[in-house]
Amino acid sequence: MSERLVELEVLRYNPETDSEPRFQRYSVPCQSEWVVLDALNHVKDNLDPTLSYRWSCHMAVCGSCGMMINGEPKLACKAFLRNYEGVIRVEPLAHFPIERDLVTVIDDFVTKLKRVKPYLIPKQDKPVSEGEYRQTPAELKKYKQFTLCINCMLCYAACPEYGLIPKFIGPAAITLAHRYNQDSRDGGRDERQKEIATTEGVWECSFVGACSEVCPEHVDPASALQQVKIKSTVDWYKEHLMPWLNK
Amino acid sequence: METLQTDVAIIGAGGAGLRAAIALAQADPKLRIALISKVYPMRSHTCAAEGGAAGVIKPDDSLEHHFNDTVSGGDWLCDQDAVEYLVQEAPKELIQLEHWGCPWSREPDGSVAVRSFGGMKKQRTWFAADKSGFHILHTLFQTSLQFASIQRFDEYYATELLVDEGRCAGLVAIEMRSGQMRRFDARAVIIAGGGAGRMFPFTTNGAIKTGDGMALAYRAGVPLKDMEFVQYHPTGLPSTGTLLTEACRGEGGVLLNKNGRRFLQDYGMGPETPLGKPVLKTMELGPRDRVSQAFWHEQRKGNAVPTQWGDAMLLDMRHLGEKKINERLPLVRDMSISYMGVDPVTDPVPVRPVVHYMMGGIHTDIKAATSLPGLFAAGECACVSINGANRLGSNSLTELLVFGRRAALSAMEYVQSGARPTGDTALAALGAAAQGRVRELMQRSGGTETVAGLRKEMMRTMEQHAGIYRTGEGLAEACGKLADLRRRYSGIELHDKTNVYNTDLLQALELGSMLDCAEAVAVSARERKESRGAHQRLDFVERDDQNYLRHSLATHHPGDAPRIDYRDVVITTSQPGVRDYSGDHK
Amino acid sequence: MAEQVTRKPYVREVPRLRWFFRHPRYLRYMAREVTCIFIGAYTLLLLVGIRRLAEGQAAYEGFLQALKGPASVLFHVVALVFALYHTATWFNVTPKALPVQIGEEFLPGRVVAGAHYVVWALLSLAILFLAGVF
Repeated sequence: MSERLVELEVLRYNPETDSEPRFQRYSVPCQSEWVVLDALNHVKDNLDPTLSYRWSCHMAVCGSCGMMINGEPKLACKAFLRNYEGVIRVEPLAHFPIERDLVTVIDDFVTKLKRVKPYLIPKQDKPVSEGEYRQTPAELKKYKQFTLCINCMLCYAACPEYGLIPKFIGPAAITLAHRYNQDSRDGGRDERQKEIATTEGVWECSFVGACSEVCPEHVDPASALQQVKIKSTVDWYKEHLMPWLNK
Repeated sequence: METLQTDVAIIGAGGAGLRAAIALAQADPKLRIALISKVYPMRSHTCAAEGGAAGVIKPDDSLEHHFNDTVSGGDWLCDQDAVEYLVQEAPKELIQLEHWGCPWSREPDGSVAVRSFGGMKKQRTWFAADKSGFHILHTLFQTSLQFASIQRFDEYYATELLVDEGRCAGLVAIEMRSGQMRRFDARAVIIAGGGAGRMFPFTTNGAIKTGDGMALAYRAGVPLKDMEFVQYHPTGLPSTGTLLTEACRGEGGVLLNKNGRRFLQDYGMGPETPLGKPVLKTMELGPRDRVSQAFWHEQRKGNAVPTQWGDAMLLDMRHLGEKKINERLPLVRDMSISYMGVDPVTDPVPVRPVVHYMMGGIHTDIKAATSLPGLFAAGECACVSINGANRLGSNSLTELLVFGRRAALSAMEYVQSGARPTGDTALAALGAAAQGRVRELMQRSGGTETVAGLRKEMMRTMEQHAGIYRTGEGLAEACGKLADLRRRYSGIELHDKTNVYNTDLLQALELGSMLDCAEAVAVSARERKESRGAHQRLDFVERDDQNYLRHSLATHHPGDAPRIDYRDVVITTSQPGVRDYSGDHK
Repeated sequence: MAEQVTRKPYVREVPRLRWFFRHPRYLRYMAREVTCIFIGAYTLLLLVGIRRLAEGQAAYEGFLQALKGPASVLFHVVALVFALYHTATWFNVTPKALPVQIGEEFLPGRVVAGAHYVVWALLSLAILFLAGVF
């Protein structure tokens, strides 16, 4: 087991004592296979118990530990020290207010998630006693990728639109709406369109693509949003050029 | 202290808590529901479960088979009436989840697919690739968003239950972001706070699994049942402890020692089955306790594979092929490469048994009710008991759904039966006292202990003396050590005495929960002088149905060790027999 | 435990005019977006050409002469480079907006993007042929 002394530069902020955030340096003896989260845990257990941050699963599935590592949004449990040289800068996830140290206020995201109606609105009602809705492997694959979002918000930290225009609903929330729209069992697209086919919905997106670049689960939210744009555009043309199609 | 009135307060927003909330909201939209969790719901540890949820759907399967597999898997310590209820409700719950949008993996004809799992005679494990728990959690969370009557309190840490006139009347919790305490006056409370695996140093469990829910009930006088039964999952990663699902073996993966031998056949699980063609209920599809114990023996014989993180065995999945691994085990492949530097497509992956699940927990009856009127519990924090001495893989996710719903119905019946709220002055006094206890911890000075220091000692004790194999001597030492840690706990001084998102305080409170649970584990284990399921003793190697076909009940004695009593197991149709996982079993 | 709430979430401002200097991927994005200025300018140039054509032979000949000047040649070279970059970046991201599912699997991105390049090449050849280049 090889060891390595790693310098961490961590952004601290305690509203009770600080008027603004400041950096604090820690020298951490690390194992070579560690991730940044392991280093933070070492700091908290041995050097500075006052450091606050969120984490839980340590396997990139709970989405708690998103933070900026050398200016890039990453999950601390999947940021391998072997990929970094020199001082490692650790800051709270960008584009969210800082509550305390590396803990951000994510209320905005949680509200937007709820807003897009991210639940199945079945096309056809079916009692449980009649068994499952049939869904072929091809139908499942159509939306499966978009179910993998762990709500880590790295995409919101990467998205410059969200950074500049906070009312933008954002990649993960719109992707989740799209996930249900693409589900063969769902019939709720019209309801979701009211929320996402709006100015602060998908039309704020200018296809920077940063969201998909940083997504740790390869959900590809950029793809979902462009698909929503195309479908919404087709909707618009149908509505205005072929009004007889509307019921 | 700011106070909230509600009808049902649910502590814990994982699979069981969310299922209970939805059941309540659907059953009676006028019920006020407070869903309280120390983390945002999607962070709950249900998200880490991988393999699947068991429910009978194949025509050649039957409720009786599922029942028998579970009862024998639990070494006959399961309450059979509860298991009957579980297996009967399971298929309905899993279909209900599907109706809520859960992306179950499918057969080519569009019906739900099921796979093989350890200890199960037939294929009945519903799965969503190898992220079943993740998909179940997100389906439940997203479904819960449509109910206006579910009011969520995210990142609230419950510190105490309020007990007045012999019944549960609510709780107090810290709002993490501000450090302020809030009182919740509730007519019924459901605890769904999960297990306590973090008392061990090496576990699949995430940081949040610290037994807070168990401790809340325990300190309110409700006994913890069967705490000595701690499950080791055979295939955790040696570097991080995180989980490689049993489905690896369900799909055909095999376990090898350092000589390349599939050693399970030497421990009553043979004969060796053909590579890639697993036979249910034998060899690598044996139950978790037997497989973990086999590794322990191999290690003693010097057959384990040495790694930089300690001894391991090899999980070989190469013969499954890249396509199958990518389709059915993508998370497994990603984790092996990221955290072990090994690609299961080309190399066997080192794995070792790690603490995974607690069969024990808050004692409840078959309707999820505890001995304290108004208090209910469901999920890993509860012990009904359907898992007995050893849980079969994929029964736990099912348990969350079946008993999450059952707890909700019981709570609703209790509320509707006219449980009148307790008087405000009594609750105000209780609340103030609870707040005083947290204040004392926060403001304490001159303390010599640290949270991390005591926690490390606790973990070391559990690992050394309460592991896969135990001895009377070791357990006695553990009990003494844990009692000592309990006393030293009041000597902790926090480094962080501020209010906003104070995780030093949070970890101190979590440590208190773990110490209580750990002591219940050690003392119960010391008193159970037999080997059964996951509780194995080198000084009492046989199962003793005469004296111990009973549940242990640990009752809290503040400032002292728990008292242990016993309670008979409910037997209906399955008489205790021999657990036979050899290829010749019927 | 504080009786007063001491929360004070800190908002980090995003620089409105210089945000794209914060990361290479934002610079790449702005480079892609800037290409549209040149596309737009070239479109204007074509419109001017059509206008000159409508004004009669003399005007049109004058236009063609101007096109041969050094400033014009420089503009065309730069505009061509940007147009190629614009086209390549858009072709490469098109698969994201147009996933094609055949049976269970999706067509790989490079097939969809590749098809665009092929059609582009064929159309270019056709136009060059019509223009009498060969």
